[in-house]
Amino acid sequence: MSAPTTTTPAAAAADPGDRRRRRTAFLAVLRSEAVLFRREPAALFWILAFPTVLMVILGLIPAFREPDEGLGGRRVIDLYVPVAVLLGMITAGVQVMPGVLTTYRERGILRRLSTTPARPSMLIAAQVVLHAAAIALSALLVLAVGRIAFRVSLPAQPVGYVLAVLLACLAALAVGATIAALCRTIKMAQAVGTVVFFPMMFTAGVWAPVETLPETLRRIVECTPLGAASQALNDAAGGDFPGLLHLGVTAVWVVVLLSAAARWFRWE
Amino acid sequence: MPSQASSAPIIEVSGLTKAYGERTVVDGVSFEVGEGEIFGILGPNGAGKTTTVECVEGLRVPDSGRVRVAGLDPVADHDRVTELLGSQLQESELQAKITVREALELYSSFYRTPADWRPLAERLGLTDRLGARFAKLSGGQKQRLFIALALVGNPRVVVLDELTTGLDPRARRDTWELIEEVRAGGVTVLLVTHFMEEAQRLCDRIAVIDKGRIAALDSPEGLIGRAANPSVMSFVPSAPLDPAELAALPGVGSVGDKRGRIEITGTDETVNAVITLLVRRGITAGQLHVVDATLDDAFLDLTEERTPADEDGRETASAATA
Repeated sequence: MSAPTTTTPAAAAADPGDRRRRRTAFLAVLRSEAVLFRREPAALFWILAFPTVLMVILGLIPAFREPDEGLGGRRVIDLYVPVAVLLGMITAGVQVMPGVLTTYRERGILRRLSTTPARPSMLIAAQVVLHAAAIALSALLVLAVGRIAFRVSLPAQPVGYVLAVLLACLAALAVGATIAALCRTIKMAQAVGTVVFFPMMFTAGVWAPVETLPETLRRIVECTPLGAASQALNDAAGGDFPGLLHLGVTAVWVVVLLSAAARWFRWE
Repeated sequence: MPSQASSAPIIEVSGLTKAYGERTVVDGVSFEVGEGEIFGILGPNGAGKTTTVECVEGLRVPDSGRVRVAGLDPVADHDRVTELLGSQLQESELQAKITVREALELYSSFYRTPADWRPLAERLGLTDRLGARFAKLSGGQKQRLFIALALVGNPRVVVLDELTTGLDPRARRDTWELIEEVRAGGVTVLLVTHFMEEAQRLCDRIAVIDKGRIAALDSPEGLIGRAANPSVMSFVPSAPLDPAELAALPGVGSVGDKRGRIEITGTDETVNAVITLLVRRGITAGQLHVVDATLDDAFLDLTEERTPADEDGRETASAATA
């Protein structure tokens, strides 16, 4: 800032109004992005519907509805409910959001917005909020259908469950933000998103729930953001407060990834 | 042209320098634009025009020099500058699925005192496309939408970069009229173009930028007057004329003979001298044409010295005018 003697009084006087105006502008951007988000049926299907669809398909296999001695008397479908919750997060955070953000950058949409009183960061924030909302809806749908169709009990430790869901959601979005920050083109972001998608699905337990993995592999997977989150969700589903180690691992990943994204994000 | 810079300048650029890595793109550019003026920035591709206006818009931070819009620094006072400066960028898009109406509503919601976007959309011929998504618009419609978005905040200054690129001739003329109306309303216009007719028609003053420096800054008429050979006259003489004698007349640039048709480039003085000579000899000039140089000629004269590749361009241009 230059010439503080002249700018300070004016800036101080205009400040509350500016903040209000900025909030109004952000809400306008958020509303507009929400309308646009609803016009993406493919993204909506993969985030909102697909996790539930996959869970239903697995639930239709009779053996998965039988209590399993190896799983401590739980059924496979019980373990797949948290996995389906994580699947929606990974799809939203890694497959969908980086593509949107890099498109906004590559097509000059962020740049166009930075010539108005609105900020390009509002567009990014709106996308994060909308993807988080879609993830929440997706998770609620999985829990509801799991409860109604397969009598999967709702999380016995709801506070721990919500905490684990929040951390996992942040982790998935942080991975996506980092991809968008580091990839210079839309194509690259999509390629990296796909490459990251599969290991993340694996660590989240989509192919085999983390609890069923061999000891060594399980320990490794528990060091990944979604592997740890998956275990935290399982604990909370079963009624225990998630282990601080699992929550801590995910939280550290969130901090590291978000710092990386903020450090390397390019506006143009 | 009306309303030259009379009061304090609304845009001040002095000693502006900007380099990308080793490459200096803008090298000591200075100019001032008065309120209500249409100021053109003309130059060949890669001359630094866009970078210059991006510094005015606050999209880029100058390496050195000073830029002020209504006394504000476009970088440090970005919030306040964006309130009073509307931009149409050379290469930018909108979200593929946003409709024209949604874009206009969204952008007008950002400003304290926005213009009513409906008459603006109507003026730009967008009314029957309000429900159309951005990706479905033609190039010209997208361009007109961006012009509308540049004006929707009721700005005091609009920066238009390659205003009529992608517009058909009718839309282009309509847009020029719109810009004149906008200026008549007191708005200052900073116009980047490489389209001579546009600059000549609209601008009160033009800065010709070449290789990151201002090669000339003048009114269109002033620039044309600086062309090496502002007039081209050609005729078929009723009797042979000695080219050497013509070449000796005052102000002559060149004398050519195209299958009996003599072509002389020079100044106003040359034209008079040639006519006097013909009268004295009792020679009549058939199919006489006198063509004033255009901004094209002035532009090429101003920018050709350091760009020999454009030589051919100049010859075709003057041949076409003659």
